[in-house]
Amino acid sequence: MSKIITSENVSVYYGKQRAINNINLDFNVHNITALIGPSGSGKSTYLRCLNRMNDLINNVTVSGSIKLNGKDIFSPQMDIVNLRKTVGMVFQQPIPFPFSIYENVAYGLRLNGIKEKKILDVRIEKALRQSALWEEVKDSLHDNGFSLSGGQQQRLCIARVLAVEPEVVLLDEPTSALDPISSAQIEDTLVSLKNEFTFIIVTHNMQQASRISDWTAFFLDGKLEEYSATKKLFLNPDKEKTSDYLNGKFG
Amino acid sequence: MNNIKKELNMASKETRQDSIGRFISYFCITIIGVLVISIIYFITSRGLTMFFANHVKLSDFLLKTTWNPGTLDSHGKPEVGALPMIVTSFSVTILSAILATPFAIAVALFMTEYADKRGAKLLQSVIELLVGIPSVIYGYIGLSVVVPMIRHIYGGTGFGILAGTIVLFVMILPTITSLTVDSLRAVPQHYRQVSLSLGATKWQTIYKLILRVGTPGILTAIIFGMARAFGEALAVQMVIGNAAIMPKNLVSVASTLTSQLTTGIGNTVLGTFANNALWSLALVLLIMSLLFNTLVRIVGNKGAVKNERKNKQ
Ligand SMILES: Nc1ncnc2c1ncn2[C@@H]1O[C@H](COP(=O)(O)OP(=O)(O)O)[C@@H](O)[C@H]1O
Ligand SMILES: [Mg+2]
Repeated sequence: MSKIITSENVSVYYGKQRAINNINLDFNVHNITALIGPSGSGKSTYLRCLNRMNDLINNVTVSGSIKLNGKDIFSPQMDIVNLRKTVGMVFQQPIPFPFSIYENVAYGLRLNGIKEKKILDVRIEKALRQSALWEEVKDSLHDNGFSLSGGQQQRLCIARVLAVEPEVVLLDEPTSALDPISSAQIEDTLVSLKNEFTFIIVTHNMQQASRISDWTAFFLDGKLEEYSATKKLFLNPDKEKTSDYLNGKFG
Repeated sequence: MNNIKKELNMASKETRQDSIGRFISYFCITIIGVLVISIIYFITSRGLTMFFANHVKLSDFLLKTTWNPGTLDSHGKPEVGALPMIVTSFSVTILSAILATPFAIAVALFMTEYADKRGAKLLQSVIELLVGIPSVIYGYIGLSVVVPMIRHIYGGTGFGILAGTIVLFVMILPTITSLTVDSLRAVPQHYRQVSLSLGATKWQTIYKLILRVGTPGILTAIIFGMARAFGEALAVQMVIGNAAIMPKNLVSVASTLTSQLTTGIGNTVLGTFANNALWSLALVLLIMSLLFNTLVRIVGNKGAVKNERKNKQ
């Protein structure tokens, strides 16, 4: 199976404080990979390395190498704007912009200079269908994004990312602010889009990881404790700490 | 037993403090309300005297261009055409706002998006200092620097709308800037993150998102600046030339509503026609400031509706 992202010896420091330590982790294309682990174990920090969102935080040092399709994302030749178009991100809280539903999804397209209404219409409908929101909003595209429910808002945010047509989508606990029904809808959406995108999802919810992911990485204290196929990790983990965590002994 | 009963029947200390507090605040609100209403009533009744007691036509007042309340024209009618002052007031207000707005937005963006904490704090205190400088100082600098410079470049006296505009530009710049800063700071930080994560450059984030979300706040800032410019009397009076004639161009002497009021009010006697005419100018000022206030409310409300989180979850 081909790897879309490979990372070697990735460490991150906030000031002098080390948050993650020598992470080696590769991601299969068109798979869903879950990152699990207790809070503070460095999942978000690692995820933010993959589209260089850590650059926005003061005093961060990242070392090691991360390659996207074989290209070093930290090299000076890497265009960070293009990197973020290829590796999109969905945040924990649904964060629609205070614009219409249409304009929310159009945002990334307009950044790319797409102005023609016909093309926008097509791409926006496609993205909203992909995030399974189209049927619910097709008659109210010009309502404010905030008029949607929390789950719908998060699917709007997913549509906004998908419209840019990224290859990889990073999701940092995208359902932790949502009710179970909305969460399930988002899980279904991700699974149905697996053939088009590669998803890397941080989740607190172990059932969620086991339901939707192909691979699971278990983070502990800033280290990658165990990484294997999801079935194997949940049914027959190699490390005792992994099994303790899965059995709720800590975390 | 009796003690407990007594305590239960009496209002507690907190309840009493509560009602005293409520009384004090209602009392103050009433005083303020009475003050506002009497000011409005006073200016309105005085301002209307000229029209009702002296039978001046409103159209003459608003559209004629000769202002000379002391004398009568060839038809025996007083000359109270306020159009020159109205035009001049609007000119200096609009021109200074047009001039100040781009500067204010640029400085505000620098403070909120580019400068580090220390730089932003420093600029903030500079702006607060500028807001606090009394207008006579601005007028004095205008008189001793701006007017001679204009005289040197364009000839003439140097007094006029251009000098007034430049002085007002400097005066309203800090007002518009600090209100714009407030409105940009109110744009949630995570909007910026989302925008960047979608592959926006910093500059795209600023003009496609931050300025757009901040627009109602920026408009409010501009209107506040315009209200200040429209109402400013002293500094303008020092550089405008104070001739109640239709301005021919930006460097000819003129007079705003406020400068005409401040120059004239000491030279007339209460109850005379000339005095009544000045009150009518004051009424125009009052109406304008109420209008500015209403505009601020309308624009502010629009923004609030737009940003409201109608979370049905
Ligand atoms: N912006 C930051 N500044 C300083 N320390 C941070 C920052 N973000 C995270 N950390 C620290 O890095 C460690 C890992 O955090 P994080 O990546 O958020 O973990 P997780 O997502 O697994 O809960 C924690 O100890 C946290 O306190
Ligand atoms: Mg996290």
